Amino acid sequence: MEKLNPNLWIDKYADYLYNYTIVRVNDHEISQDLISETFFAALKSAKNFKGEASERTWLISILKRKIIDHYRKKNSKKGKAEVHINYKTEDEEGDWLEENVSDPFDITAEDKLENEELGFAIHQCLESINEKQAQIFKLKTIENYDTEAICKEFEITPSNLWVIIHRARKSLATCLENNWLK
Amino acid sequence: MKFFLNCTEANHVCDKNQYHEAGLGDNIMLNIHLIYCSVCRKYSMRNNRLTKFLKRSSVKVMPLKDKIILKNEFQEKLNN
Repeated sequence: MEKLNPNLWIDKYADYLYNYTIVRVNDHEISQDLISETFFAALKSAKNFKGEASERTWLISILKRKIIDHYRKKNSKKGKAEVHINYKTEDEEGDWLEENVSDPFDITAEDKLENEELGFAIHQCLESINEKQAQIFKLKTIENYDTEAICKEFEITPSNLWVIIHRARKSLATCLENNWLK
Repeated sequence: MKFFLNCTEANHVCDKNQYHEAGLGDNIMLNIHLIYCSVCRKYSMRNNRLTKFLKRSSVKVMPLKDKIILKNEFQEKLNN
């Protein structure tokens, strides 16, 4: 049975939750707020955790509710200042909105979805490798920190850093080959 | 400048390349090494593919400073 360990939540899941939120709300500040609310709400209702799902799944289920609530709140303001868009002239028939929202030739939508899943696969693989390695790898690769800045932050030498990056890249490549490419 | 790298050095250049941090000389030596070393060729291929994956997925992480702020707030709550 799964047990909760709130002490490790931020280190273990903040990045995954962030990735999950940012692709859905597309705003850094809002994502940050929603995630923070999620962690606090989870702490409050920790006694309700039955251990049937993994910690991450459970946190995501809380986050989902927060995201839905966020859109509900946003939508409740709708209608107060409604804007109708339509064709200007009579001879252009049809519903402007309907014709403009769906694009049957849009092949990028599926790609986008697949790439999003790839993002989650990368997060899951990073969870499985050494934590310090993963942290340094993320800073260097995803956040594009300078080598120097990371060395200062973690009190390591550049050659230490490159050894860590090398190991992280190797484990990550193997993990992705096993979990994603199959 | 030397012409022959050992495998550790070659992999190091290959890693640096993923972040555009290897120089031209390094790259020439790496390519010479790759001509005759199939193990490093394979590593190079996998490494380049990983970089492509990372780019394609546009994977995101919570910025470090925000993570630290959140961690401190959360820790405070945990301690109370």
